[in-house]
Amino acid sequence: MIFFGKKKEKKPHKEIDIKKEIKKAEKEESLWIKCSSCQELLYIKEVERNQHICLKCEYHFPISVENRIKLTFDEGSFNELFGSIGPVDFLKFKDTKSYKARLEETQEQVKRPDAVVCGHGKINGIDVLTAIFDFSFMGGSLGSVVGEKITRTLEAGAEKRLPVIIFCASGGARMQEGIMSLMQMSKVSGAIYRLKSTKMPYISVLTDPTLGGVTASMGMLGDIIIAEPKAMIGFAGPRVIKETIKEELPQGFQRAEYLLEHGMIDMIVSRKELKRQLSTLLKLILS
Amino acid sequence: MRYYLDFEKKLEPYERRLNEIKKFYTLDDPRYNKEVQSIKRKIAKIEKEIYGELTNWQRSQLSRHVNRPHTLDYVEHLFTDFIELKGDRKFKDDPAIVAGFASFEEKNIAVVGHQKGKDIREMAYRNFGMSHPEGYRKAVRVMDMANRWGKPIITFVDTPGAFPGIGAEERGQAEAIATSIEFMFTLTVPVITVVIGEGGSGGALAIGVGNAILMLENATYSVISPEGCAAILWRDGSKAPLAAEALKPTAHDLYKLNVIDEVIKEPFGGAHRNWQETFNNLKPVLSRYLKDFAKKNGDELKALRYEKFRKMGVFEEK
Ligand SMILES: [Zn+2]
Repeated sequence: MIFFGKKKEKKPHKEIDIKKEIKKAEKEESLWIKCSSCQELLYIKEVERNQHICLKCEYHFPISVENRIKLTFDEGSFNELFGSIGPVDFLKFKDTKSYKARLEETQEQVKRPDAVVCGHGKINGIDVLTAIFDFSFMGGSLGSVVGEKITRTLEAGAEKRLPVIIFCASGGARMQEGIMSLMQMSKVSGAIYRLKSTKMPYISVLTDPTLGGVTASMGMLGDIIIAEPKAMIGFAGPRVIKETIKEELPQGFQRAEYLLEHGMIDMIVSRKELKRQLSTLLKLILS
Repeated sequence: MRYYLDFEKKLEPYERRLNEIKKFYTLDDPRYNKEVQSIKRKIAKIEKEIYGELTNWQRSQLSRHVNRPHTLDYVEHLFTDFIELKGDRKFKDDPAIVAGFASFEEKNIAVVGHQKGKDIREMAYRNFGMSHPEGYRKAVRVMDMANRWGKPIITFVDTPGAFPGIGAEERGQAEAIATSIEFMFTLTVPVITVVIGEGGSGGALAIGVGNAILMLENATYSVISPEGCAAILWRDGSKAPLAAEALKPTAHDLYKLNVIDEVIKEPFGGAHRNWQETFNNLKPVLSRYLKDFAKKNGDELKALRYEKFRKMGVFEEK
């Protein structure tokens, strides 16, 4: 806002150097976080208190699997399944680092064998099976372990006649597993068809970001597709598209709101409402 | 126009000379007999040298060779009575994928395949075989008819990948691919997939859920192109040859990994060196698989297809 009138008395004050502040903040174990949607600099503690939602634009920051479980399932109802499946560097893949070393490093860091946690839990008393991607494990990439665990979850849903909900967060394929990564798309899609054939619903929840092979399989195959606000969702990544067509991308391109407008998803639901919305949906479908 | 890849360039002057002689005389013209014999020997020697031990990167290049036979060439030489069907009934016709019905050895079949172009004009028209969502939706439409009418489906895979563009994303590229993959699991007719050139990622898999997957010897099938992989993992696109080795995208690699059922032999140097030999190699194999699958009923075929893909993946369980 611009005020015309009495010019304010010029006080000697120090300009705030944002960059310096960020650096300082990083040193102080990063007190600030930048919203990847509206670019606002936010106080981390405040974002955490707000269930990792941007206070300005409602963008939903990625959350940990543990947090997701806490937010979605009735207290103490979650039981992990297929937790003993782990990855193998079967191609002996090596880029600047070997896949084996990369895996060991990530496992050590993330404290998980691979990028998905599957399990059984209750949502307001309703039994469901679920798979939750962990984006912090190699970008939630789809490899043999992720594909196998999700397939088993879907097969269990078909066998036990339980609905399945998958929370997606993935950059796409696990390149270090070559063709096997691609084949997980078909494996999972086949299992989704099997689940659907038993008349059990499959719900996909797309969180930021859901891209590539994950979108082009389990992401877009949900009977009902829910997205979190401002989540980036697409097949090709925005950078690849920009490089291919050599054009600027439209405002809000590949964000959840854009997909809703184009008829690609059913609804955008805030994290704070998600549990209630899921349980209402499941009640409407199952009883 | 004959096109030579960098590593094939040595052949060019000799083959050009041979073609000149062919154009004005015949190769057995006594006046040229000596020269022709010497050129032929030279060519054979160079062929051995350049095609003898192909690297994965060279195979990747061969898999995209412009002079390779493309889907419509296989259709023309292996099938009769081809009737092409167009459009997805929703938005448009996508020429990057062709589909229709035809006859193969007296048996009626459906065919779906990516179509690249053989010259600049056709390449542009076909968008280099990179489909928009409409291509996959057309594929599903034709496969659905084939399924209801009990016709086996043959799919030809040859694409750099699904097109990354604004319209493609807006109209649901991911949804179209996912739906096509899922739909192929519902089919109760035999499905045979032949990877004839470049099997590029999800755009290839979208029409690749077959009861059998055959692959030409110099075709590649990969989760990402060597260039794309190099750009991401090495942050340097010029490391593509390294990425091609690491990704193991060749027919022999995929056969070892149990992803494909059979490698179809190509003429020495690649399918582009002798189309007819390529067709002759593929034909009996297609025929054998079709006969085998004809003995199975619809539910069996569906279950076998599921089992086939269900097994894919390498992991350990403690
Ligand atoms: Zn924001």
